[in-house]
Amino acid sequence: MIDAGNTAWLITATALVLFMTLPGLALFYGGLVRAENLLSVLMQCFTIASMVTVLWLLAGYSLTFAGSGAWIGDLSKVLLLGVPRDAVAANTTIPETVFFMFQMTFAIITPALIVGAFVERMRFGAVVLFSVLWLFLVYVPVAHWIWGGGWLAERGVLDFAGGLVVHLTAGVSAVLLAIVLGARMGFPHDVRPPHAPWMTMVGACMLWVGWFGFNAGSALSAGADAGMAMTVTHISAATAALVWIVIESVKYGKPSMVGAVTGAIAGLATITPASGYVGPGAALVIGLVGGSVCYLMVTIIKHRLEIDDALDVLAVHGIGGAIGVMLTAVFADAALGGIGLAEGRTMGGQALIQLTGLVAVLIWSVVVSFIIIKFVQAVVGLRVSAEIEEQGLDLNIHGERGYNM
Amino acid sequence: MKYIIAVIQPHRLDAVREALAGIGVQGLTVSEVRGFGRQKGQTEIYRGAEYAIQYVPKVKIELAVAASAADAVVEAIGEAARTGRIGDGKVFVLALEGAMRVRTGEMGADAL
Repeated sequence: MIDAGNTAWLITATALVLFMTLPGLALFYGGLVRAENLLSVLMQCFTIASMVTVLWLLAGYSLTFAGSGAWIGDLSKVLLLGVPRDAVAANTTIPETVFFMFQMTFAIITPALIVGAFVERMRFGAVVLFSVLWLFLVYVPVAHWIWGGGWLAERGVLDFAGGLVVHLTAGVSAVLLAIVLGARMGFPHDVRPPHAPWMTMVGACMLWVGWFGFNAGSALSAGADAGMAMTVTHISAATAALVWIVIESVKYGKPSMVGAVTGAIAGLATITPASGYVGPGAALVIGLVGGSVCYLMVTIIKHRLEIDDALDVLAVHGIGGAIGVMLTAVFADAALGGIGLAEGRTMGGQALIQLTGLVAVLIWSVVVSFIIIKFVQAVVGLRVSAEIEEQGLDLNIHGERGYNM
Repeated sequence: MKYIIAVIQPHRLDAVREALAGIGVQGLTVSEVRGFGRQKGQTEIYRGAEYAIQYVPKVKIELAVAASAADAVVEAIGEAARTGRIGDGKVFVLALEGAMRVRTGEMGADAL
């Protein structure tokens, strides 16, 4: 039966999660690139959102959530055919149309997250082709395994709102794409700084607020679970932001705004898989660990390994998601304020299950993304010409300037 | 007549304007410019990454004055713009061959 309160909350949550991508993530990323590439970033996010919407209706939703296959769903809900207007989503009291929309916003933001790795140098056609293939070959299968009743769900992997499904898949594929694509011209010593840090702050705050929909909406109801998910989400974000502020204050003597908001995003990504299972005390620890480790990883990936994952998608999202998935096994325990593990399961047993999920998703994302990237490279080419890269993508590819002054 | 060009720290502009007004300067032109001197740009840190800022923002002041006033103007700009730190800028003095006030058509020193 459809419940009005739950439905109202999920419609709201759906709007919040779409708002995370449009314009939240787009602005978050847009502020970090140079002025001549601002529109290309906004346009890539906007195009992915529109494209995934249509693909989700065509087959994405059905392959993720219809049928009971271990590896992939079936085609029984293509175009939402066979889903009556008053259908109720399985195990919920919300209309299936709302569930379809809510899940669509997750399918939108995940490929959009990858944009952060390839900004300022990827062909638009390659972005489009990569995103389409990636949605169907990486996101849809993994989402089915964990949320659609697939083999990882059977094993009891806990991933409340997408530490694996969203953040790990995106982070791993992003770094791989950055490696194959190559670094931006001048990287690492001569790349232009973020053109509008204020825009990054505005985008990050939209992400933060939108994340209430992402995590608390994943309860699929408007009750205690949603309330606690929102609480722990907020605590983890604030804690991780403070971690970055403290680290930068000590290290450079200047706490930067870009650093603080990046910390908040790291905290949000880290709490995501745990958000439905843990308590507020755990959120403090998760924010602390997520903030510190993600900070360290930015340095390692960019400066030690010299991989130009331009806007730190792996370091912030992938690593955050992975840490969160593992910490879920710890803090879901009732003794540590969580909702409790499945009957008869120990913390160690759950950790092993979480690790299985993590490794499986990691391997799948790496292998399949690599094949997709190589295919796209062969078919349309990945990178714009050096001349276009130097002049910026906005005018050359989209025919507009971000700023006419 | 002398043409004086000063490149200074942007945050010293108001102080320089006040100092020049104090010694009777009637007008000047200001532009936002970028450049580097011996300081060779500076670095900014975002997410732990150092970015080399090759061209540092500066303000360029240009004004034309009677030759007799030039030394006082240079001195006033120097005192008002000086912080004692690297990047304070420079003042240049050029000989000025001619001038015209557009509204009246006055030429030479009368136009200043």
